[in-house]
Amino acid sequence: MNWDVVLPLIGFLILVFIVGTYASKHIRNAPDFLQEYFLGSRQLGGFVLALTMVATFGSASSFIGGPGVAYNLGLGWVLLAMSQLVTGYFTLAVLGKKFAIVARKINAVTLIDFLKERYQSKWVVLMSAFSIVVFLFSAMAAQWVGGGRLIQSFTGISYTASLFIFAVSVLVYVVIGGFRAVAITDSIQGIVMLIGTLLLLIGTIVAGGGIPNIISELAAENPKLISPFGADGSLTPAFVSSFWILVGIGVVGLPQVSVRAMSYRDSKAMHRAMIIGTIVVGFIMLGMHLIGVFARVVIPGVEVGDKVMPLLALEVLPGWLAGVVLAAPMAAVMSTVDSLLLLVSSAVIKDVYINYVRPDASERRVKTLSIGVTAVIGVLVFLMAINPPDLLIWLNLFAFGGLEAAFIWPIVLGLYWKKGNAQGALASMAVGVGSYIVLHTYSPNLFGMHTVVVPVILSLFGYVLFSLLTQHRHNSANQLI
Amino acid sequence: MGKKSKIHEDRRFRISNREALMGIGLAMINFIWWYAFAYGLGGKPVKDYTFILGFPSWFFYSCVLGFVVFSILVYIMVKVFFVEVPFDDNEEEESR
Repeated sequence: MNWDVVLPLIGFLILVFIVGTYASKHIRNAPDFLQEYFLGSRQLGGFVLALTMVATFGSASSFIGGPGVAYNLGLGWVLLAMSQLVTGYFTLAVLGKKFAIVARKINAVTLIDFLKERYQSKWVVLMSAFSIVVFLFSAMAAQWVGGGRLIQSFTGISYTASLFIFAVSVLVYVVIGGFRAVAITDSIQGIVMLIGTLLLLIGTIVAGGGIPNIISELAAENPKLISPFGADGSLTPAFVSSFWILVGIGVVGLPQVSVRAMSYRDSKAMHRAMIIGTIVVGFIMLGMHLIGVFARVVIPGVEVGDKVMPLLALEVLPGWLAGVVLAAPMAAVMSTVDSLLLLVSSAVIKDVYINYVRPDASERRVKTLSIGVTAVIGVLVFLMAINPPDLLIWLNLFAFGGLEAAFIWPIVLGLYWKKGNAQGALASMAVGVGSYIVLHTYSPNLFGMHTVVVPVILSLFGYVLFSLLTQHRHNSANQLI
Repeated sequence: MGKKSKIHEDRRFRISNREALMGIGLAMINFIWWYAFAYGLGGKPVKDYTFILGFPSWFFYSCVLGFVVFSILVYIMVKVFFVEVPFDDNEEEESR
């Protein structure tokens, strides 16, 4: 066991535990339990909002998988990763004040609360809840596998034991602290991610003898490594550009991100978050992926992409500092998982149970159930992750794309287009998810673009077409928006 | 439609619509900047590349400078064009 690396990790876990305890005090005193547990009573300030959005969105793939691919493909992959810069401001600008105002008017706690009020349809609610539970559950399992493997690689203890440590640390603060704990720990984790990126970037540039030297060595090995097209020429402009949809603007459709767009305190917080979020997400994405490319010169010949970042940290930094840096991917995984866990639990409790099973459930009962269900889902994910499916990034991206195709139009057009209606939303979700699964299976990367592009376009047509076709059924204009 | 006159068109929604369009506009400029520098300068044969601060110029302009420029543009957009509005309905009425 490498104590230099393990000690900062332990310190980090203790810190998040303290945050959970702190947040649980708020839950005890909150006037409205659901608002506090699933939305932090809409009290987020700009800094916490920015970091919780970045951290929720940036997952293991930003710190482990992504740099590994950049190691093999070169600067072209960094270019691709920079399509994520737009997430720093786009989601908040587009959902913007309107989402915050509407969400307050209808007292929405979850994304589905908004869809329910907007579309007045049981089927929209059930279908959304179903997609969230299925897709995010699988995304979560993939992330837990990542978390477990990380701990395993630092400590050398068995995978199951590592996974157990990971699961317990996440579960404790999410279950007792709810959204507030998730948002505050996300901020701490975001700071850890920033510091980790900065330290490792400096360490790698120094170890590689400066940027000009690194770049010329890369060019000497294979000139394509410093071209935008990737070492093997596989990164075509169409393919790389399509990531602007998958990991750029399409992020608006991810429930774990959009729910944050109704959690902030006031418009000042939103403004600050856009500035801070853009800087933070740009720095982390540029830095981490550059590190992956530079690592090719510093530690050549790494076979498994996922090992690039841990090996590099141990190579170029003194032990305890490497520990701080390696806490960054850990932080990234935890900050994604905690949000997903809470979201899946809110879909089950708030969107299905309270809406359709027991609308008259008492506050006490809701409280017990919320905490209980969150814990049970956590344990289920843990059990799933013990014997894991191997393709972490694949599962993760599949869940991403499917959810984006399902939700982007029902959210965005639901907010800005009065004629949009329940039939349109249902068609959009069915077409989006359906075409995504079909394309992914039979014809991935159609037209040389990532699979997500065509389903997002098809679901737009579905939304508009069915809304217009069924317009006569909704003869009063929507007054919510 | 009849009820619409009773519920006044929320003035905050007009502000919000305008800001959403600005966000979309900025994202489009962001994409064009990113794409034009990357494939405009990077499309040449590698031996003809020029370098800035050690980076190939396509990468420097598209990714490094692009990051700095768009952070500044977001700052300007938010500080100059975005309007602060109250979110709660009763605050809105008090402020009038």
